[in-house]
Amino acid sequence: MKLQVDGLLVYFPYEYIYPEQYAYMLELKRALDAKGHCLLEMPSGTGKTATLLSLIVAYMIEHPDAVRKLVYCSRTVPEIEKVVAELKNLIAYYESHAVEKPELTGLVLSSRKNMCIHPEVSREREGKIVDAKCYGLTASYVRERAEIDSTVPICQYYEGFSIEGKESHLPAGIYTLDDLKEYGRTRNWCPYFLARYAIVHAQIVVYSYHYLLDPKIAEVVSKEIPRESVIVFDEAHNIDNVCIDSMSVKINRRTIERSTTALSMLEKIVQEIKEDDSKRIADEYQRMVQGLKDASVARDTDMVLANPVLPDDILREVVPGNIRNADHFLLFLKRFVEYIKTRLRVQHVVQESPAGFLKDVSQKVCIERKPLRFCAERLASLLRTMEITDLTEYGGLIVITHLATLVSTYTKGFTIIVEPFDDKTPTVANPIMHFSCLDSSIAMRPIFQRFQSVVITSGTLSPMDMYPKILDFEPVIMSSFTMTLARPCLLPMIVSKGNDQVAISSKFETREDTAVIRNYGQLLVETAKTVPDGIVCFFTSYLYLESVVASWYDQGIVDTLLRYKLLFIETQDNAETSYALMHYVKACDCGRGAVLLAVARGKVSEGVDFDHHYGRAVLMFGIPYVYTQSRILKARLDYLRDQFQIRENDFLTFDAMRHAAQCVGRALRGKTDYGIMIFADKRFSRQDKRSKLPKWIQEHLTDNYCNLSTEEAMQIARRWLKHMAQPFTREDQLGVSLLTLEQLETMEREKAAEREIEQAAKSDVE
Amino acid sequence: MTTSSEDVLLQMGEVRYKKGDGTLYVMNERLAWMAENRDTVAVSHRFQDIKMQKISPEGKPKVQLQAVLHDGNSSTFHFVNRNGQQAQIADRDKVKELLQQLLPNFKRKVDKELEEKNRILSENPHLLQLYKDLVITKVLTSEEFWGTHAKSYTENKNAKKQEIGVSGAFLADIKPQTDGCNGLKYNLTADIINCIFKTYPAVKRKHQENVPSKMTESEFWTKFFQSHYFHRDRLTAGTKDIFTECGKIDDQTLKAAVQQGPEDPLLDLRQFEDNSLEEGFGGAASDKNGVNSGNIVHQSMIKRFNQHSIMVLKTCTNVTESPTKQNGSTDSSKAAIDANKNDLNLNGIKEKKKSHKLNHSENNHVGSQDQVDSADLVSKPKRQRILEKISYDDLGAPVLNGDIVDCATANQNLTKTQQLNLAKVERYLHGPVPIAGEPQEEAQELNLNMTQYQICQDSESWGQRTPHKVLVSATAAVNALGELSPGGALMRGFQEQSLAQLVPPDVEKELRSIYLSLSELLRHFWRSFPPTTPELEARAVRMHESLQRFQMAKITPFEDRVMRELSPLGNTLTQHLNQLLQAAARKFATWQERRMRQHR
Repeated sequence: MKLQVDGLLVYFPYEYIYPEQYAYMLELKRALDAKGHCLLEMPSGTGKTATLLSLIVAYMIEHPDAVRKLVYCSRTVPEIEKVVAELKNLIAYYESHAVEKPELTGLVLSSRKNMCIHPEVSREREGKIVDAKCYGLTASYVRERAEIDSTVPICQYYEGFSIEGKESHLPAGIYTLDDLKEYGRTRNWCPYFLARYAIVHAQIVVYSYHYLLDPKIAEVVSKEIPRESVIVFDEAHNIDNVCIDSMSVKINRRTIERSTTALSMLEKIVQEIKEDDSKRIADEYQRMVQGLKDASVARDTDMVLANPVLPDDILREVVPGNIRNADHFLLFLKRFVEYIKTRLRVQHVVQESPAGFLKDVSQKVCIERKPLRFCAERLASLLRTMEITDLTEYGGLIVITHLATLVSTYTKGFTIIVEPFDDKTPTVANPIMHFSCLDSSIAMRPIFQRFQSVVITSGTLSPMDMYPKILDFEPVIMSSFTMTLARPCLLPMIVSKGNDQVAISSKFETREDTAVIRNYGQLLVETAKTVPDGIVCFFTSYLYLESVVASWYDQGIVDTLLRYKLLFIETQDNAETSYALMHYVKACDCGRGAVLLAVARGKVSEGVDFDHHYGRAVLMFGIPYVYTQSRILKARLDYLRDQFQIRENDFLTFDAMRHAAQCVGRALRGKTDYGIMIFADKRFSRQDKRSKLPKWIQEHLTDNYCNLSTEEAMQIARRWLKHMAQPFTREDQLGVSLLTLEQLETMEREKAAEREIEQAAKSDVE
Repeated sequence: MTTSSEDVLLQMGEVRYKKGDGTLYVMNERLAWMAENRDTVAVSHRFQDIKMQKISPEGKPKVQLQAVLHDGNSSTFHFVNRNGQQAQIADRDKVKELLQQLLPNFKRKVDKELEEKNRILSENPHLLQLYKDLVITKVLTSEEFWGTHAKSYTENKNAKKQEIGVSGAFLADIKPQTDGCNGLKYNLTADIINCIFKTYPAVKRKHQENVPSKMTESEFWTKFFQSHYFHRDRLTAGTKDIFTECGKIDDQTLKAAVQQGPEDPLLDLRQFEDNSLEEGFGGAASDKNGVNSGNIVHQSMIKRFNQHSIMVLKTCTNVTESPTKQNGSTDSSKAAIDANKNDLNLNGIKEKKKSHKLNHSENNHVGSQDQVDSADLVSKPKRQRILEKISYDDLGAPVLNGDIVDCATANQNLTKTQQLNLAKVERYLHGPVPIAGEPQEEAQELNLNMTQYQICQDSESWGQRTPHKVLVSATAAVNALGELSPGGALMRGFQEQSLAQLVPPDVEKELRSIYLSLSELLRHFWRSFPPTTPELEARAVRMHESLQRFQMAKITPFEDRVMRELSPLGNTLTQHLNQLLQAAARKFATWQERRMRQHR
């Protein structure tokens, strides 16, 4: 349908529209008009992506100068692919219905492992290896060598691309990953580099968070995005953690060992090269003297990970004298690695600030701050000069140089924690040095400053006032939408006690209580009896899941459960979990029904949808608080309290509730879907927890659904399921939760009329 | 009790029965046992009652002989000769051999047919009840019963049995029982063994290899119950056991399958992350699953649960796939290949082929071409899955471009392979249909023309479903159902004190059996209407008579009993039974009357 949103003609590629989609468009349009950032929460399964895309594309067509580019970031690869598929739909709709066809290019960028078409390299599954192999075939000196010696293997696709592809434009259209690969195959061009180049010209770019948030990657990939862009972060409920992760480094013994071997290897290579080709080293030295930047501008393939430091002034500086020479630099690195080694040799936990660390470094091994800052860049340059193709060996060293650069660049918002052993196994020495970012706004700030509009959206952003605080920005629009429903298709319930009236809770004092575990088990068994098809349960942590399953086995609950449904459990091995998940889906498909036990914050809770019969009920056993004894978390909490005046408890509850909401939201993926959400913990019924759930869940969680016992909950569920199982047609929804164009227009007219009356009344009063 | 006419063939002293010492006598027609210092026989089995004799296995401390009777009872005699076990065994063997000679003479000559009938009755308790109520009370003759009422059973016995699926909890259903002296006893049935074999092919193979050549059946199963299959928290490593190997085989197959990854890319967790950061950077893929409890027992148990569920699931897919597999897979693969061809032609891959040949050796070219094909085959279902995910059926169909249509057809092809096999599709879709016709009594009043007209009209509407709207609407029905179930608005103050509590279970059981029998009889009664042929007429008369007999033999006594014992209920229990009978009687009377008129 074609609709008018506040004077803007929007093509929406469906016949009908949800009222909240229209409301969402209105808010989004306002934010774009104001050229500001916004924070929007809309229930999952109400077509967020389609709404976002159709409005922003319409805006881009209408005001090509105001918004020149749309960058859509999502979290997982399947999510990204879904976005591109929706975009393709939209453009197809434009093509068949619009007067003039839009000349838009949209494409997706993913890592090499998802885009490579080289017959051998693409066979690898692990991203790191694909990257390394690709680098081995496409690095500039490899190609130079191949020009002389034809036996040196190179990638035909990259060659094809570099000969003809760089100059030509990608024809307008939308390219999914498969489309790009197909295009690459027909042209004999490398799809990955094709996409990297095309990003500059394309109007719509879809990729994952890292390409924008992680300074290591963003520097390489997203440098040339203009200010007049709209950045969308979808599924952004976890964005602060992504920010923090992208700036943190962790070093353990293995890293040290790997870097020591890498260092000795480098030394050997440097020695060899010195003997037969001293000119190369001299050239490099010259480059260092002149400055780093211009040396590697043209060689895009050589960049694997860039400098994690963004400030521009550094790049304009010249590499300090004491690390210009390759030998000196290696010695310098050796000293630094040795220093970190001694730091790891501790008996008790050490926590210090980056400033303290730097001071200690200069006292102990006489390393100044300035050369440390250039470590990452300098190593990259050295590796290029040495023409090392297999970078996997140097991973540890790269990590350490990044640590050096980060620690000497940022003095605020970071902390260094050295733990001599794991808390659970105090006898096993396993020292780890965490260089941890505490402030998620550090990674986000450049993005908010650089781009005109940043849209942060997700199905579960409540409580929303937290995000502006922790990301440190001023949204012009902040809005949460509910779901208009023709029938109550979600049933949230808080089960606070078992049939024996023992309160159930995962709080620390009672979580190992057999009565609590038994009551959890009985709740699950009863649910399995009542609810058809798939049931998903989320535990607060993997350790808790393990111990509960073990007790359930001893108590015979697992056996009873197996009588009703098959049982699948998330493990810590991704491959195994994927396999179990596949069979869970099969069991649901064949009507046998299954129970999946998973972990909040786990992979399953973040990336897999349990729509329709794959998840008729979701149980949340306990409140998924993060492990509060972690020192990193404590440091972060302190920082948040001091810097942003956020109380520890507020943040912990916020974090726990957004994950709980995320878990239960997995079951509901649309208005025709229906699902039960059971919060099995006494503490959920407290106002401070309940009020932090998203509005669209809270609306249905009335007082009579709180504080239930297992039996009461099942009785409600049985009645509700009978209602839900009835056929549900479009006619039932129409006018309430689904609108045709006419209905939308009459609704708008009525609203406008009301507004006029109000204004008239106001002016009368005046 | 012993008559003097009987000869005692063998007298065996020092035989214990139910902890009492005594003497065992083998006589010409019976086996008897008399306690010491008594002169009455405590146990006496006639030979024709004895089905078989069993003896305790060699090596057991107790030397026993058991006489199993036809009615399922048995008596065990324990030989306690004080001269030691050898003598005990000798005693027992004497008795055994004598019995072996005698018993066959008394074996009842049960003819085959009777046996068959017996089997059917024992297999169908419901039929047995009917038999008891109808034949034993002389309501029906035996032939009549077998000829009309149990026809389906006698005929159906050759029909192929439906394969029973595997319950997820079949291992849990094997309940261990303590045998009193620190041991456990597991009861295995053929079904359970079948389940185990189906679920764990590795165990089946082991069974074939080892039984009976290396160990006995029971030894095998003892080992099985000790293994990790049964105790999920037991570790395999270490114990030298035949099942350790099984565990390894299972693990290997699982591992191989896991490595392959799921077919559905949206479920492959490994593909979710889109970065390839070095380990040590925050947010790197290897970083996340760092927490490890180190509890290997728990972890392996969880792994076993997954494995068990996967195996159970596989048993049912194997069964369903095998007949349709050939069909389905060729279908879908053909479709995929076709689509592939189209793609290749459309996208001008020929051009590319040429360039390939220029650049590379033939060999290399073929390899990469393969790659292309396989990649395409993989991407097809993936694209389709993604499209499925982004489609909102209530928002209306998104506009399709050519590419997507292509996928939609592929989609159809795929769904075809998973078709539900229905014998009668309309039944599945509509459920029971109320009969639209009028009761026959009224039709009789009408003249022939009218009847014909009516029939014509009826036959037109035959098979048409009564429209939805005429019935109560679905929502209203569900509302009513909800309100009427416990907890609903209309069931406030509802107490479970219903008939179920007022009527004692034995009466309830009797009532149920009466209902069963009566409906069976009525079914055949109504079936003989309209009586168009002389046979049917005769049958109607006969059925009427048996109905009357049934009423006399069963219902009236039951009614009296209910009146006596459950006076508050009065005749409410039998009211409906009587109504049914009256309806039949009325029908029969009208028919008789008409017949009389016609004959006059």
